[in-house]
Amino acid sequence: MSSPNVHHEPLIRIAKRDGLAVWKNWLIRLVFVLIALLLSGLFIYAVTKLNPLKVYAAMFEGALGTKRRVWITIRDTMMLLCIGVGLAPAFKMKFWNVGAEGQILVGGVATAGLMIYLGKSAAMSTPVMLLVMALASIVAGAVWGVIPAVFKARWGTNETLFTLMMNYVAIQITSYCVALWENPFGSNTVGQINPQTKAGWFPRVFGLDFGLNVIIVMALTIGMFLYLKYSKHGYEIAVLGESERTARYAGIKPSRVFIRTMAISGAICGLAGFIAVAGASHTISTSTAGGRGFTAIIVAWLAKFNTFVMLLISFLLVFLQKGAIEIASQFKLNDFASNVITGIILFCIIASEFFINYRVIFHKRKEAGSK
Amino acid sequence: MINLFISAIVFGTVILYGALGEILTEKSGNLNLGVPGVMYLGGIAGLASAFAYEISTPNPIPAVCLLISFVCAFLAAALGGLIYSFLTITLRANQNVTGLTLTIFGGGVANFFGGALNTLAGGVGQISVATTSAAYRASLPLGSKLGWFGQIFLNHGFMVYLAIVLAILMHFFFNKTRMGLNLRAVGENPATADAAGINVTRYKYLATCIGAGISGLGGLYYTMDYIKGTWASEGTIEALGWLAVALVIFAVWRSLNAIWGSYLFGFLTWLYLYVPQIRAWLIGALHLDQDALQILNLTRSSQELFKMLPYLATILVLILVSMRKKRENQPPASLGLPYFREER
Repeated sequence: MSSPNVHHEPLIRIAKRDGLAVWKNWLIRLVFVLIALLLSGLFIYAVTKLNPLKVYAAMFEGALGTKRRVWITIRDTMMLLCIGVGLAPAFKMKFWNVGAEGQILVGGVATAGLMIYLGKSAAMSTPVMLLVMALASIVAGAVWGVIPAVFKARWGTNETLFTLMMNYVAIQITSYCVALWENPFGSNTVGQINPQTKAGWFPRVFGLDFGLNVIIVMALTIGMFLYLKYSKHGYEIAVLGESERTARYAGIKPSRVFIRTMAISGAICGLAGFIAVAGASHTISTSTAGGRGFTAIIVAWLAKFNTFVMLLISFLLVFLQKGAIEIASQFKLNDFASNVITGIILFCIIASEFFINYRVIFHKRKEAGSK
Repeated sequence: MINLFISAIVFGTVILYGALGEILTEKSGNLNLGVPGVMYLGGIAGLASAFAYEISTPNPIPAVCLLISFVCAFLAAALGGLIYSFLTITLRANQNVTGLTLTIFGGGVANFFGGALNTLAGGVGQISVATTSAAYRASLPLGSKLGWFGQIFLNHGFMVYLAIVLAILMHFFFNKTRMGLNLRAVGENPATADAAGINVTRYKYLATCIGAGISGLGGLYYTMDYIKGTWASEGTIEALGWLAVALVIFAVWRSLNAIWGSYLFGFLTWLYLYVPQIRAWLIGALHLDQDALQILNLTRSSQELFKMLPYLATILVLILVSMRKKRENQPPASLGLPYFREER
């Protein structure tokens, strides 16, 4: 007989998992990446009726097929990684800096402006110029990051929405500067800056095309890892991220940490703008950031702020992007296929986090049967 | 000048839909940063379904065109909302990260198929759904007859008015119905709502999916009316989507404020085109000499600075709201925070 008071256990129960072995962690992630590839394969097949394996081979070709392509892939990986590294401290203290896009742009604008004006006067040698440009971009990015932080610290203004809006202010400033500096006149693009003199361009280091990009970004990656893990500041960030009340109790001033950390975060994103302009495109446009400020948020979050894991995820995403662009040209699809595939893969990785953090327990039938 | 008001209303309607959907979503405590993505999904689904119907019959019936594209746009966008809901509510993923991914995904899907449709339409690659677009743009017969008032307010397609009706209904829903109050309780404090016997999960799912559907209608209105039944992969919808997110804040989470806020945003967005006229008028009215008011003599570059206005206005509202700390103007208290019953 079933009494009305019988406790019905739900069919599925979810319990928190703690301390899953590292290899199991990665196994779950790998499984989900494979599922993602399968889903993307289905998508490609449904749209094009092409053999997905051939398509994946073409992707590989597109990302790593030639030496030039390898370097482009590395360059873009470094770019994404740099932004991710910049975002890591902000996100670790649960400060939602969605404004990387804008911080990159103001850094890029500062760089491009100096590149144009210093290039004209030819008063400085390229190394000095690079230094000046880097400093300017750091300051510009830091200012862009600190403004929302000040308001958050003082009045608790919602930082997600504030930083998001700052992006668009930065985009309009960029459009303004592009129209101001356009070359040739009437094109509404800046074009390559100093194409003859190459003043302010990254020099080749060790005979490598993008050697300097790699050196700067790897230094930042290692530095940020150490900063977050071993410094007092890093500890304060971690405590504040876990709980603002605990931080206050421990004598940490949240407002100070907010502002300081956002200055660092913005500065690195600004520096990313410097690398994008001086080290890659040698021009400025509203698409200099190109959505990477948003993609990097996902990179930083998924890597749990471990900068070395970020390297891996950045590479995966850039690889996919380059690959998808190659498919697009080979099979006459359009470039946006890469965004679809990126979306599918990110959804799957996001979903995998659940299975890493939680256990799903199915209700056993046996108990239900014993009336 | 009349044109300025007309284009302000048309522009405003796109973001009004986006903002209304997002208000519904955010009232449940979900901060869906995928608004641009769902607007993209709505736009492309409406366009693709209308296209499929128009090429399948020699004489497409406008009413059917309308119905098919409207339903498809809503459903596609709601599906985007469902992905977001499943990941954030059931799988407890981070809302910001999931929303941003939805934006990337939605934009990718829409531009991919939009590009494909353009190729499919052949030749130069310009898709056009003339009948459907005409149906969306059909206006009241007396609109053009009533002088400037008629031209500004009565000469639009039905979706302009639908958006206003929707905003009023939403105001009523949030303030006067039990379900609306429950939903607000979920957004303010899910644990309390849960204890009061409200099914938090169901409310969050429904609000997010329906909200996404409504936002998607903004994309539909954009493709059908704003760009007259075509597709352009320029990323305009994305910019509009973020503006819709801005509008939610600007309207301090109230649907009625969103109506005038959206038109104001539209006005500020297009104002730069009319600044020379305003300057000429001011010079004439104030008897100034021809070189006066140089600040209003916009060049192509300073126009761009003008377009900052809606965002600056939003930032200002955001700051003022947080400074004044009036309780009824605050964002839903649990906005962006996940709710797991077990982790109380």
